[in-house]
Formats: sequence, C-alpha cells, structure tokens
Amino acid sequence: MNLKSIDENDCIIVARNILKKYDETVAVDGIDLDVRRGEIFGFLGPNGAGKTTTIRILSTLTDFNEGSVLVDGHDILKEPNEAKTKMGIIQQHISLDKDLTVWENMYHRALMQQMPKAQIETRMKELVDYFSMGEYMDRKIDSLSGGWKKRAAIVSAMIHSPKVIFLDEPTVGLDIKARRLLWDLIRLLNKDGTTIFLTTHYIEEAQILCDRVGIIDNGKIVALGTPQELASEIGEYAVVVTDVNGKSEYKYFEDRKSASEYGSGIETGEVLVRKTNLEDCFVELTGRTVES
Amino acid sequence: MASVFKEIYSVAWGDIRFMRHNLLNIIAATLVSPILYLIAFGYGMGQGVVMDGVPYLAFIIPGIVALSSLNASFSSTATRLNVQRLYYGSFDEMMMCPIRVSSIVLGKTVLGIVRGLISCLLIFILGLFLTDKLMFTPIFFLSLILACVTFSLLGEMSALLAKSHQSMATFNTLIILPMTFLCGTFFSVSILPEVFQWALYAIPLTHASSCIRAGALGWEFPWISLVVMFAFCIAFFLIDCYLVKYRKV
Repeated sequence: MNLKSIDENDCIIVARNILKKYDETVAVDGIDLDVRRGEIFGFLGPNGAGKTTTIRILSTLTDFNEGSVLVDGHDILKEPNEAKTKMGIIQQHISLDKDLTVWENMYHRALMQQMPKAQIETRMKELVDYFSMGEYMDRKIDSLSGGWKKRAAIVSAMIHSPKVIFLDEPTVGLDIKARRLLWDLIRLLNKDGTTIFLTTHYIEEAQILCDRVGIIDNGKIVALGTPQELASEIGEYAVVVTDVNGKSEYKYFEDRKSASEYGSGIETGEVLVRKTNLEDCFVELTGRTVES
Repeated sequence: MASVFKEIYSVAWGDIRFMRHNLLNIIAATLVSPILYLIAFGYGMGQGVVMDGVPYLAFIIPGIVALSSLNASFSSTATRLNVQRLYYGSFDEMMMCPIRVSSIVLGKTVLGIVRGLISCLLIFILGLFLTDKLMFTPIFFLSLILACVTFSLLGEMSALLAKSHQSMATFNTLIILPMTFLCGTFFSVSILPEVFQWALYAIPLTHASSCIRAGALGWEFPWISLVVMFAFCIAFFLIDCYLVKYRKV
C-alpha cells in the first residue's frame, strides 16, 4: 500500500487518518485512502469491518473523530456544500422516498441540489433516455422490482451530474440477471467519467468491475491496489489441495513453475494449480472468509 | 434571503407532493377525532353548561381547534420524518444536498403547518355554523399559525430524537396525550389548583388554547401567552437545528 506514489491532484477523494469511534468501539481506525478520478474503486471487507461507516463518512453523512477528507479538493468539514454537489450516494437499502414516484424522486433531488428549473427537465430527459426509465417514471418506488429500484436510485443520484458516486453494496438482494444489468450500468456511468466508489462483499463483483480495490478489516485498510497487485502481494499462483473430506488448503507461489512443482509433490487429495484471485487475497489478508 | 426560501421550498416540495397523493385520506383522518370530541364533549356532556361566561359549545370549539393544531401538525411532521429517517432512509438524501440546516428544519415543518391549518380551519368553519359566538379575527389566525408552526417543530424534534417507531409512540403517550386533556382544551385552566396551573402553563398547548380561544371569542387577548408560544417555537427550532447539525441524525 503506497499512497505517496499517487498524485493527490489526480484524486477525487483524499482521506487522511480517519478515525471514527462509537463510544469505546473503534469503527474506522486511522485510515488513509485515495480514489483516483475516473476509476472504479472497490472497498471490500467482511461484515462489520467498517465499509459502510467509511462510505458514510466520505459522503458527509456521519461525523468522524479525527482526520480530514477532501472531495474534488473541497474539505467536507469546511466546505460541505461544495463537496456535496460533487457526489451522489446509492445506499444499500434503497433510500428513495417510497411514497413518491420515480419522477417525483428525481425532481425533488434536483430541487434540493439547487438546480435551476430549466436545467432540471433537460437533465431528467437525458437520464431517463440514457437509462431507459421512460415507462417507469410515473410509478411509485415500492411498485418496482429490486433491479429497477436500484436503477431509479442511480438515476436520482446522477441528477446533478456528480463527479463521484458512492454505491454501498449495490447488488445485495438482486438476482443474477439484475446484478449483471447493474454491473453494465455501473460500467456505463464510469465510461462517462464518473468515479465509482463501491463497497461490496461479493469478491466476483470487485474482481470484474474494479480498477483498484481496498480491503478493510477491523477498521483498518489491510491492502490497497489493483487486483493484480494484490495477487502479487501473496503470490500470483495458488495451489489448492482438497483432501478426501473435502477440506481445502491453499498455498501461494510467485510463479507457475514453483506452484506446479509443489502440486506434483502432493501424493494424496485433489490438486489444483490456478492464478491467485481476489478472494484468495481477501482470505489471506483478513484471515476470514467473506461471509464471516 | 431568496436562496433560503428556495431551499425551504426544495425541502418541502416532496412532502407537499406526498400530501397531494393522499389529500382525502389526510383530511378525513385529521377530522375524525375533533368531530368526536365535539359531539362527545360539546353536545353530549356540555348541554346547558356555561364556561367562562359562554355556552360550553362556544368554549370548546376554539379548544378543539387548538388541539387539532397540535395533533395534525405534530403527527404529520413527526410521522413522515420518522418514516423518512428510520425506514426509507430518504432523509439521508436530503442531508447530502447543499442545503442549510435551518432550511432543512423549516422545510420539514411545512407539511405539518399546511395540514394543521387545513384541519383547524375546517373545524372552525364547522363551528361557525354551530354557534354565533365565534369570529374569525386576524389575531385568531396569527395564533393559529404560530401554534401550527410550534407543534410542527415539536413533531420534528420527536422524530429526530426517535430511535424507533416504538419510541415515537412512547413520546406520543407520555407527552402528547396528557397535553390533549389537560391544557385548557375542554375546561378553563383557571379552575384548577394553582400548583397545577403553574405546571400547565409550562406547556405550549395551554398558551395556544388561551390565544386561539381569546382570538375566536373576542376576549381580552393574552399577549404573554403569545410571547411564551413564540419562545417555545424558537426553542424547538434551535433544538431541531442542533439535532440535525451535530447529531447527524
């Protein structure tokens, strides 16, 4: 994890030494974090590791005890309103007003972002066309399926053209099809230059979507880098040995040759030599499974 | 100043749309209990009774108007904010917008104020048909608006403090229900022992009842009560601002 190699001017989010305590419990323990402009940054961690607290701190929703956060150059404590115009958030549980329609939620958000009325209609039309939301605009949020609710939340969060979007566990509760559609949507947003900061505990999601990944455990960042960089930290090749009881053991090697040599020396059980993936890094670095 | 009003409007817009979706339900719901009070206490028990020199029906109608300002304004603001904050999470969306804390607080009172005014004015208009002692005066209307604002701010405070729907219900039972029956709605506070009077004058509904009744019946106006009500209003506003700003509710 080498933060000094990143130029802060290239970063949309610069967080330094963030400490958050709930009474005596430390939820976020002095983390440093840089998110580069235009990237998809994945924030991984087991349940209770501090992912949601971190995302709420960065998005100004939760106070913190120590540290500083800059969003697009604006200190969120000193210039909160400037910072707020640069970001949008889609929370884990859809936080739209369920008594209102999709159109009303979007319009309300635009008003609260102090957008001029003339601009609101244009922007709404643009987004509705872009995300194919047309036929759902007059429906109340509660009448939508999970996937369309997420889509409505994304469209609402994008109304003021934020530079960074926070997505907290965006695909939790979605079926495979809806999850893949949402991934496409996230890529689409990112293609237009929006930085994506997403928390997830689906390793596959992070592996597929993210340019860089941070792993948080017990409130501390234990690894930060591209999936490839993280893999090389523990060894680029994995040997998985599964015994007759179905119990697996993992060993990591810097190159395929060493991994194969080790694998061929195993006499009992099933041996698999493969490239190290993000899940291996996660388990190795946190000592926990993703679900734990 | 214009930007403050724009912010308040932007916050209130969603609540007004919500009200438009549910207008008939809201009006019907807010009228049920005042009409029941009117029938039970005004007609059922109050026949032939004179209170403070006027027929009981004329006495009780301004009291019920004051009570409606409490119930309608408090519950509209409190329930909607509680749901938005604890269940929908949509209050977070508001907190992520570039809006002053004071504008959020004032914007969230608008639904309660509008609903309180509609409910109270309907009851008052009904009262005009039932007795010729009532009159619509500017000071009555001023008192009514101030009561609706104060109770809407109180509703906001309870919703901001609530940790669950259950704690909202507890607040209603411990604070609102005693206010309903004790604060001069159904009887004159002056007939109680002095110690109770002091206790009741520490509650905003007592002052709202005094002002609204005096304004509607053309009695000498209790200006001190109006000032006290205004002080409650400011206090609730400041507490709400504190809760939104520092507790990151």
